[in-house]
Amino acid sequence: MAKKTKAKTAEEPKPKKKRSLTRRVFMLGSMAIAGGVAFGAYHYKKPFKNPLQDADGDITLNPYLFITAAGIKVIAPRAEMGQGVHTTLAAMVAEELDVAWDDVEVIHGPASATYYNAEVLKLGLPFADYSKSTVKDVVSGVTDVASQILRQQITGGSTSTRDGFMKMRQAGAAARLALMEAAAYEFDVPASELKTNNGEVIAPNGSRLKYQDLALDASAIKVEQNPPLKDPSDWRYLGKAMPRKDMVGKVTGTAEFGIDVKQDEMLFATVRFNPKLGGKMLSFDGSKAAAMRGVEKVVDLWDGIGVIADNTWTAFQAAQSLEIEWGDAPYPADTDGIYAEIEKAFDDEPNSVLRDDGTIEETLAAASQVIEASYRVPYLAHTAMEPMNATALLQDGQLDVWVGNQAPTVIQEQAAKAVGLSTDDVRVHTPYLGGGFGRKPEYDVAVQAAKLAKAMEGRPVKLTWTREEDVRHDFYRPAALARMKGIVSENGPSALKLDIAAPSVYRNQAKRVLGITPPGPDKLLVEGAFDQPYGIPDFQVNGYLSNVEVPVGSWRSVGNSYNSFFLESFLDELAVAKRLDPLAMRLNLMKDLDKPSFDTLRAVGDISGWGAPTGAGRGRGDGFGRGVAFCYAFGSPTAQIVDVSQTEDGVKIDKVWCAIDVGTAFDPSIIEAQVTSAILYGLSAAIYGDITFEDGEVVEGNFDEYDALRMGTTPPVEVKILQSTGHIGGVGEPGVPPSMPALANAVYDLLGKRERLLPLGKSVDFVSV
Amino acid sequence: MTNVMKLTINKVEHDVDVDPEMPLLWVLRDVIGLTGTKFGCGIAACGACTVHLDGEPIRSCVTPVGDVEDAVVTTIEGMGTPASLGVVQKAWVKHQVAQCGYCQSGQIMSASALLDANPEPTDVDIDDAMSGNLCRCATYPRIRAAIHEASKMLKEDA
Repeated sequence: MAKKTKAKTAEEPKPKKKRSLTRRVFMLGSMAIAGGVAFGAYHYKKPFKNPLQDADGDITLNPYLFITAAGIKVIAPRAEMGQGVHTTLAAMVAEELDVAWDDVEVIHGPASATYYNAEVLKLGLPFADYSKSTVKDVVSGVTDVASQILRQQITGGSTSTRDGFMKMRQAGAAARLALMEAAAYEFDVPASELKTNNGEVIAPNGSRLKYQDLALDASAIKVEQNPPLKDPSDWRYLGKAMPRKDMVGKVTGTAEFGIDVKQDEMLFATVRFNPKLGGKMLSFDGSKAAAMRGVEKVVDLWDGIGVIADNTWTAFQAAQSLEIEWGDAPYPADTDGIYAEIEKAFDDEPNSVLRDDGTIEETLAAASQVIEASYRVPYLAHTAMEPMNATALLQDGQLDVWVGNQAPTVIQEQAAKAVGLSTDDVRVHTPYLGGGFGRKPEYDVAVQAAKLAKAMEGRPVKLTWTREEDVRHDFYRPAALARMKGIVSENGPSALKLDIAAPSVYRNQAKRVLGITPPGPDKLLVEGAFDQPYGIPDFQVNGYLSNVEVPVGSWRSVGNSYNSFFLESFLDELAVAKRLDPLAMRLNLMKDLDKPSFDTLRAVGDISGWGAPTGAGRGRGDGFGRGVAFCYAFGSPTAQIVDVSQTEDGVKIDKVWCAIDVGTAFDPSIIEAQVTSAILYGLSAAIYGDITFEDGEVVEGNFDEYDALRMGTTPPVEVKILQSTGHIGGVGEPGVPPSMPALANAVYDLLGKRERLLPLGKSVDFVSV
Repeated sequence: MTNVMKLTINKVEHDVDVDPEMPLLWVLRDVIGLTGTKFGCGIAACGACTVHLDGEPIRSCVTPVGDVEDAVVTTIEGMGTPASLGVVQKAWVKHQVAQCGYCQSGQIMSASALLDANPEPTDVDIDDAMSGNLCRCATYPRIRAAIHEASKMLKEDA
């Protein structure tokens, strides 16, 4: 089948519209780029070079693909951590390049600014996803530049397909054009008369040339960088469930994760760092460890100790034997003290008031009945199945680092700094990640491995953390508190005030990665609350920043992960107060604001049979409970309904329904898998997730103390995919936020008990395995 | 001091000279180089390290290598190769089970041991046999479907 391209008239260069940035917009833009302008305006004008080089007979036509003897090798500039992005990004290239799916191979490729993620910085912008204001567009334009200045290659924020949609298809289409030009020369026929089919160019007389045979000539041909692209109605890969490129490797034990990296003469290491996070190392005695059979070296890493041995187990044993005196943590010593410290943030001025509709204070003051409630959620660990690890080799002034990571350019810079090399002398290799969930844009383990490699110059060192080190040295989802006030009548909520206090993920990460603390409103702190499509006449959301210094970072869905629990649980309280159907009540609030949200919520009601069989709105009768919740996050409105029941063994989750509007569904099988995964990740946190502190140290260390859903406790999940928003929505994260309040609301429906603290497992007896 | 032991892994004999207390997992991964078996917890709480010992599923992270000297060990590498998948692996591919994939070696080892012992497992049987294997991507619904699929495929093969 020949590939068709829609005829497209060459666009005339549009005169650049002068946009007058208002002061407000400029301010927001500056905040959003986190001070990045300090790097100067030079870099963004300089075109990025192709970091790939022809090698071993493989030819590169652009930064996204090689043509090899075996077929096509696509460079996926985003990490594969289970979300299926290698498959979908490869499908984008293959779609336009016109090659057979079986001939396509995917690799991650090198760390390079060329692969910067333009979408991820937009996540920090203080706008609701559903609003389509001009202001948002203008500021989004500003961050395109800012993002290039920052030059960071990041996998996160559910942005990979949105970011890759043009780039990857254009890479495939441009390469195809060049191959056709090369064939035109060979056939002596104008390129416009040629067709392609599955990796071959076909002349009008039926002669064929393989892409492999044209690649060398094609690599010298300059083609239009914005080539015409297929009309979506002609897609044969995109929109279909494609066999995942990583599947066979992952079921045969042959897929290489970071922890599986093998190098000649490799040594094995582990580390111990202060469990009082951020505290100093006062002294240590490594003599016992150093004397153990198989131990090569005990390395003082200044704020921790590394042990290098001839196998990982010996390194673990030796690390256990270290006697270390640790300094205190810079935060309150126990959980209650930490919560009390966060609560103090409410006494300060709010950092942000990103939603302020109506006149909330006057309305509340004049009301005869105000419903009030306080909520709290704990710190959470990521607990990816693959414990943190990295392998490094320092040799001849060059450092190689192999690490499953979400931010290779950050790793490159930080590893270089750690061993005193320039960034160009560091090569970052990104194997598969055994789960990421937001833990792995952090560079801690890569820097440790680089330092160990420096201590053993010339020999590769594989550093593996114990699970306990992994759980106790995370960059946690922060604990968060909410105070809410609302007014509700038979017509629904008319006023809602949310005060939210939490440590700032945004500022913590920016400080670690960029060395700066961005000023201005922290959108991530209040996302999932201020930006929801609810038309409540008096609606205010205030964000309060806490300075508690427990390390925090991005955890699958970030601020949405707690704000959706606050908002959606409290909306349920308001519905209950006036015996309103919580689903119909929400539909009514969003009907004039956002149709995709309305349709998504209605769809989940339809597939779950909401209202039936009792007709009483929600309850399925004694012994059964049902809860609903909604969240618009990462561009995708997502609604969920959870059914629970009382069994002899405890409360059981019977089923979860989810409707999600992803805008454009590139791969329905991967989307179904991701959304299901996100829901179950959220439910695991809602039931079990609780990182607590004693004596400044995280108490939980392993899966026996920090569990998650397992086969016997996992409910069936039904996902309905909608495509109506008109943009490309995220898929990896939006399923997380509504799962927690939907479960809590179902538990209320079942037990009549409102759970305002997570995890629910502390006060509700769930079925266990 | 020398502790040379003879191990039979995937029908191949290996002589290893290690502390008999060293867990089988680390002998497989760091000494022999069979990295398909994964480290997840070190305390038999997640199942990522599951291998077969004389056909029974065990957690290799807490099994001293000295205890398996005369036994037959099978790892994920012994279940099939990319060019020649085993039945359970085929079912996994058919249902596109893996996401991050890190736990799947252990899942497949537990599932194939279940199917060996019980060729037509019910959902309750699957819950019982598989709940020791944690998956943080929570691929459980597809694992369940793939086990039923493999059961069907084994029946058709028989």
